[in-house]
Amino acid sequence: MTTKNNQNYNKEYIEYVKKIAPKTNEARSLFHAFLVGGFICLIGQFIRYLFLYTFGLFGDELAGATSMALIFIGCVLTGFGVYDNIGHFAGGGSIVPITGFANSVCSPAMEFKSEGFVYGLASKMFVVAGPIIVYGVSASVLTGLIYYFIGIFTA
Amino acid sequence: MWEIIFMYIKAFFVGGAICMIAQILINVTKLTSGRILVIFMLAGLILQAFGVYEYLIDFAGAGATVPISGFGYLLAQGAISGAKNGLFGAITGGLKSASAGITAAIVFSLIVALISRPKSKVH
Repeated sequence: MTTKNNQNYNKEYIEYVKKIAPKTNEARSLFHAFLVGGFICLIGQFIRYLFLYTFGLFGDELAGATSMALIFIGCVLTGFGVYDNIGHFAGGGSIVPITGFANSVCSPAMEFKSEGFVYGLASKMFVVAGPIIVYGVSASVLTGLIYYFIGIFTA
Repeated sequence: MWEIIFMYIKAFFVGGAICMIAQILINVTKLTSGRILVIFMLAGLILQAFGVYEYLIDFAGAGATVPISGFGYLLAQGAISGAKNGLFGAITGGLKSASAGITAAIVFSLIVALISRPKSKVH
């Protein structure tokens, strides 16, 4: 009687754990993504102020130089194998910032270097970045054309 | 002084929130990182096509420009301002203003890949 009760108790407990465990992991992954993503943007803001006040950059030049600096950091961290470790911890927090874009270019370039410099390194560089550029440029051309023709008809 | 500190806080929270939305998408739909990047880039581009994303950048600074949606913003913004100069500007403006990021990613990746020794990934 008591052993049966214990078994039921265990079963219920295991089901309870199963129900709870993935949810807490999910909540934790959201928190990690928030923390790391926010921190990378904090560094971005720091670089922005650095370029603004020490080099006197502004406007497009400031935005371009800031993203170049962050991409440099992303590539170097990928080269040392650090960014993959950050990715395991942060998930979306390391993918979405521009450093994640740099990682998605740099990582396959390093990995496929052994398959040659043309069909390995250079072509595999665009495995992830290629779709972004293809759809980004196409959508920007569409946006530009729409604005151009709206400008013609309203002028 | 306080303005700068407040800007850091806004950048942290807005950037973190965008990354958290990405993580929610990953958890719910199991999308791969390449698709997440394309979706967020297009989201930023479409928001700026309607003239919305620039307000987020005015508010949060790097919190809105550092995520890949800021890259989409640049593509849309370049195309819109290029369209004022004519048809040629409308077509080339997007890639023109995004050229800094793409050039940096290609050149730095090439240098790092040439220097680094290929090593087995540790999981």
